Amino acid sequence: MARYFTEEHEWVDVEGDTATVGITDYAQEQLGDVVFVEVPQAGADLTKGGDAAVVESVKAASDVYSPIAGTVVEGNAALEGEPELVNSSPEADGWFFKLTIADKGELEGLMDAAAYRAFCDDL
Amino acid sequence: MSQINQSGWKPGTPMAAKDAGAHPTVTGNKALMLEEPLIFEIGDSDTYGVDLAETHTDLPSRMGDFARKSDIGLPGLSEPQTIRHYTRLSRQNYGIDLGLFPLGSCTMKHNPRLNEKVARMPGFLDVHPMQPIDTVQGALGVIDELAHWLIELTGMQSVAMSPKAGAHGELCGILCIRAALEARGDARKVVLVPESAHGTNPATAAFAGYTTEDIPANADGRVDLEALKARLGPDVAAVMITNPNTCGLFERDMKAISDAVHEAGGLVYCDGANFNAIMGRVRPGDLGVDAMHINLHKTFSTPHGGGGPGSGPVVLSEALAPFAPLPFVDKDADGNLHIVEEETVGEEHGSSFGRMTAFHGQMGMFTRALTYILSHGADGLRQAAGDAVLNANYVLRRLDDVLHAPFGASGPCMHEALFGDEGFAEGLSTLDLAKGLIDEGFHPMTMYFPLVVHGAMLIEPTETESKDGIDQFVMSMRSLAERAKEGDEALKTAPHHAPRARLDEAQAARKPRLVWTAQSE
Amino acid sequence: MRYLPLTEADRSTMLDVIGAPSVDALFSDVPSDLYLDGPIEGLPLHATEMAVEKHMRSLSKKNLAAADAAFFLGAGAYRHHVPATVDHLIQRGEFLTAYTPYQPEIAQGTLQMLFEFQTQVARLYGCEIANASMYDGSTACWEAVAMAARVTRKKRHVLSGALHPHYAEVVRTMAKFTEDEIAGAELSMTPRPDDDGLIARIDENTASVVVQYPDILGRIPDLRKITDATHAVGAKLIVVNTEPVALGALEAPGNLGADIVVGEGQSLGVGLQFGGPYLGLFAISDPKLTRQMPGRLCGETVDADGKRGFVLTLSTREQHIRREKATSNICTNSGLCALAFSIHMTLLGEKGLEGLAAENHRLACIAADRLAKVPGATVLNEHFFNEFTLMLEGDARQLVRDLAEDGILAGVSLARLFPDGDANGLLVAVTETTTLEDIETLACALEEKLS
Repeated sequence: MARYFTEEHEWVDVEGDTATVGITDYAQEQLGDVVFVEVPQAGADLTKGGDAAVVESVKAASDVYSPIAGTVVEGNAALEGEPELVNSSPEADGWFFKLTIADKGELEGLMDAAAYRAFCDDL
Repeated sequence: MSQINQSGWKPGTPMAAKDAGAHPTVTGNKALMLEEPLIFEIGDSDTYGVDLAETHTDLPSRMGDFARKSDIGLPGLSEPQTIRHYTRLSRQNYGIDLGLFPLGSCTMKHNPRLNEKVARMPGFLDVHPMQPIDTVQGALGVIDELAHWLIELTGMQSVAMSPKAGAHGELCGILCIRAALEARGDARKVVLVPESAHGTNPATAAFAGYTTEDIPANADGRVDLEALKARLGPDVAAVMITNPNTCGLFERDMKAISDAVHEAGGLVYCDGANFNAIMGRVRPGDLGVDAMHINLHKTFSTPHGGGGPGSGPVVLSEALAPFAPLPFVDKDADGNLHIVEEETVGEEHGSSFGRMTAFHGQMGMFTRALTYILSHGADGLRQAAGDAVLNANYVLRRLDDVLHAPFGASGPCMHEALFGDEGFAEGLSTLDLAKGLIDEGFHPMTMYFPLVVHGAMLIEPTETESKDGIDQFVMSMRSLAERAKEGDEALKTAPHHAPRARLDEAQAARKPRLVWTAQSE
Repeated sequence: MRYLPLTEADRSTMLDVIGAPSVDALFSDVPSDLYLDGPIEGLPLHATEMAVEKHMRSLSKKNLAAADAAFFLGAGAYRHHVPATVDHLIQRGEFLTAYTPYQPEIAQGTLQMLFEFQTQVARLYGCEIANASMYDGSTACWEAVAMAARVTRKKRHVLSGALHPHYAEVVRTMAKFTEDEIAGAELSMTPRPDDDGLIARIDENTASVVVQYPDILGRIPDLRKITDATHAVGAKLIVVNTEPVALGALEAPGNLGADIVVGEGQSLGVGLQFGGPYLGLFAISDPKLTRQMPGRLCGETVDADGKRGFVLTLSTREQHIRREKATSNICTNSGLCALAFSIHMTLLGEKGLEGLAAENHRLACIAADRLAKVPGATVLNEHFFNEFTLMLEGDARQLVRDLAEDGILAGVSLARLFPDGDANGLLVAVTETTTLEDIETLACALEEKLS
């Protein structure tokens, strides 16, 4: 399984044709206490860079863009009742959605863990 | 027990000594600071505090089978209980009447009580909006007289009086702009808004069907004129500018900005939230503004009332005046006032973009604002702006050695002084300082706005503060700034002396409980 | 100037600290050719409290106050007796001069009141959630339409022809800019509202159906029937109420299937005030749609010591955070009017509201029976609460003007509201403030004018 990162502070786990997407520990730290997450419905077609989800903290609301194009397989239903999972487990239980990858070529532009760490250090 | 309130404590519950802090009381009260339960916990459906009409049991009903069959669930209280309930609640609030309220961009000035007295004259309070116009000449007279003042003070052509508050006025102005552009067959799509703008600006432009783009600022906190000029073109419908801007600075290039926008075929909207700084000193009309809303609840002292009602008349240039919404007050040849509304609109006002609200606007605010304006007169208003700016500059210079003033070198500020959190100890924030201010007996300043300054603190003392009052505030701020820089742990949990400690906003938003239900027992 | 505390000595000390020679020098960023160096010419100078009061009183005296007339106006603004307690309490400085409660540690008074208000409104409307109020009924009506469009992702809205024409006009005006389609209809001058006509206009593309209850003519639509037809196509039923006292007698719209209930709260606590400020009420039946609601919301939480407290919440929906993606561009609510409403409602309680509604209806029935006996006048309504439509043999608009000269404010002529509509209709509202003598005065005057 490979993990990629975006400059929008999302992580993408790829397993076969399926990608799991969430926001990074750095992102949740910046947002503060997450109070609400709206995830896409299964079957939704997402475009690379298009609106996919919304995450709200007490003080801010942010759109989460899909890092790659694909069709949503599942949104994380657990976030509806427990949005705090995004704070407590951003890069595991607090995942946002899974999608079927439309074009694996799109993964090439994304960062690996080391590159993302360097990216954050520069911010 | 509700999930939110884990301990289950609410006013009326006996307090265990261990939970009650130092010098415990069983009620949780602290002498003059009284805890108060909800009406749902102390009232019931059989209690009331009014005179009920004699019960008529053999009433005819013309309500068919639409009559109510279930209980509503409304608790009542007797009159003495009602007085106590709300009086106790009121004492948990801060207000201008208590002390300095330095909320930047909000102009929390003294609310004169003459305004209240006048608004309650029966001829204003007890008049129906649809009475025949011969019976409301005085009410129309108030609207007409206030409109005259607003037009003269701003140097504009006309004013739309009906918008209900600032954001509503802003929408009115942008809709006038869109109507004017459409009338000339010019479908422009973009509205330019400075990064430092209040969030209503982009929200309003988006509602009116425009996409917004940021106008860049220059290093001294003002609009970058050259960058703006470079962006202007046939797709730009309008620019929305706040002047004085949200960094508390006067936009020196305002006239040049307006000229450039007009030359490119666009229109200029000015957010008038900060008009208090310049009334009687410079007229927006002379600066080339086409539309500007005026917050009567800021500049003209109508009370904020814990969040409204406001009132947001919009002054309009000659280019926009024909598109103003209905209704408005007009004078006929004999000097009699009448209302131009759907019934009487006729040909000459056919380009009005429509109606924004039922009836005629915030009459109760008009009477208060006019009373305030007449009290000051043209000289007093000019003096008020001067004192507001003087007070803000005094705060700026008394604090700029202990707090970072990002635009301190950009010339005098207008009615508000802006600081950032540079130099605060690790782990201490603007929020902590603000909560410390509560313990010192002041309302916090505007925080984290404008977004362009890190940890922004925007302080607007207004002209109605005395020098002694400001000196007290400055003393508190200097002490708090030192504590924030030293990393005083106690500041992180302030306030310590308010009716409540910091409230858990995350919990409130995660599991919203917005109405009372019996399950919370 | 009595509101400006700085003395000349203060000013000069402060200018020294600032390092500026004069107050004028602080305006050095204003272009000198545009800077006003003295009071604007042609405007009066400052005046004493006594002089201003005298001037305002002279304007006030040019109005005919409702208390000085036999008074029968309604049409979205109703005259009720407001207990003295209400006005006393809302003038406490801690309520009157407070800001929006963004600092909850020192705003629990406003916040607890809003939480109580939201609960009162939700219960009155038979809904689950209510917000902390909006500008007025007409703007709340538009916000409901916009919310229905967001939720259903459709853009067609079916308006009852008997919706208050100002409300309909606000919706039409706003819809022009959002490109929503508004399907309106002519007002039907029938004893019962044209529910079937309304239902016939609902189709698969419909986002919302907007119906007033009681309607502009005082009639009572059959909400159950309209609910079924609305929900059958997946649309939202928006019920508008302009007279909350009516809900002390009529079934709550939420209990009859309404999805969104909005209205004007002015009747309780606020007073007539020539049309504003008023109080927009907004409630919904499905809590899952809370985040799609416009306006401020107050919620329960606890403080760091575990004590119950209240905060404004879900504010990320609002413009100051969401900017161009906000649910509405509105910032403010109508806080002080909400307080007045809530206090009045607390004084009434359930029993008081029922009693008040019964008294209104009793007097309205007496008035309708008496006026129906006037030759040349007939009552249109089959059903009504405290307002009904009188059909006259003659121009109602002129009649209203003529009667006003005799100190009788007879009602609102339909022609004032519907310029193209029926010239003979007169809306007559009767509340607990109407006396039997007032009713007799109006009846006799009509008899004289119509003979």
